[in-house]
Amino acid sequence: MVQFSRAAQLDAAFAALADATRRGVLEQLGRGDASITELAERFDMTLTGMKKHVGVLEDAGLVATAKVGRVRTCRLGPRQLDEVTSWIDRYRRLWSARFDELDQVIEDMKQKERAQR
Amino acid sequence: MKNETKVERKSPREVVITRTFNAPARIVFEAWTKADVMRRWWVPASSGLTLLSCEMDVRTGGGYRFVFAAEPEPMAFFGRYLEVVPCSRLVWTNDESGDAGQRSTLTLEEHGDTTRIVLHELYPSADALEAGKGAYDGMAETFAQLDALLPASAA
Repeated sequence: MVQFSRAAQLDAAFAALADATRRGVLEQLGRGDASITELAERFDMTLTGMKKHVGVLEDAGLVATAKVGRVRTCRLGPRQLDEVTSWIDRYRRLWSARFDELDQVIEDMKQKERAQR
Repeated sequence: MKNETKVERKSPREVVITRTFNAPARIVFEAWTKADVMRRWWVPASSGLTLLSCEMDVRTGGGYRFVFAAEPEPMAFFGRYLEVVPCSRLVWTNDESGDAGQRSTLTLEEHGDTTRIVLHELYPSADALEAGKGAYDGMAETFAQLDALLPASAA
């Protein structure tokens, strides 16, 4: 496997998750493994279209695939999304990070206002 | 001490985020409506992510567009402002996921020297929320992982 830097991998994961279909595929694989054909049917897409989406998810490490006979089976990849916490905890972490940063920005704004008086 | 960020799933279609800031509502509102301020906190410095551009036309019917560096191509978050009431209320759409995007309503309540904000996100369906949270997972994970990366890269 090609070794990307961790930052590049994160960029890839971030980009992979920007698409609603790919998020749906992850959601689906969270419930159980599925073949590309099954995923294509489920999301009402062509096989080629689904292969592309799975490829993007696979490059990001979010999905792993294995070919057994003529069927390529997809499962969640090594970069599991919910291995530690539930999504709501992760979401809280994201907003906490933003708002803690905003606290700083607000302090700067308040100081500027005071200085202008 | 930092103020607590509270996140609750109010219903199958709704997520509500609440937080108090130690500033009057007009300052908090400015932080959500001026591009040069918003870009300082929307993507925390610790995330290591690069915001390529941040355009906001904050008026009813106006649009916004944030573009992040990503591979294979930059990623955009965009939508329209449905309601703009200075210092108290901001409503916008999130259109990057097409019809599955949520409608975000931000309300600000001033209490003495502090302002409590409530960010209400309403999805068109429970399925859309379930699918959308995948993106939050990724973003939060990105922040967490980059936090973990920072000491190593500084050494």
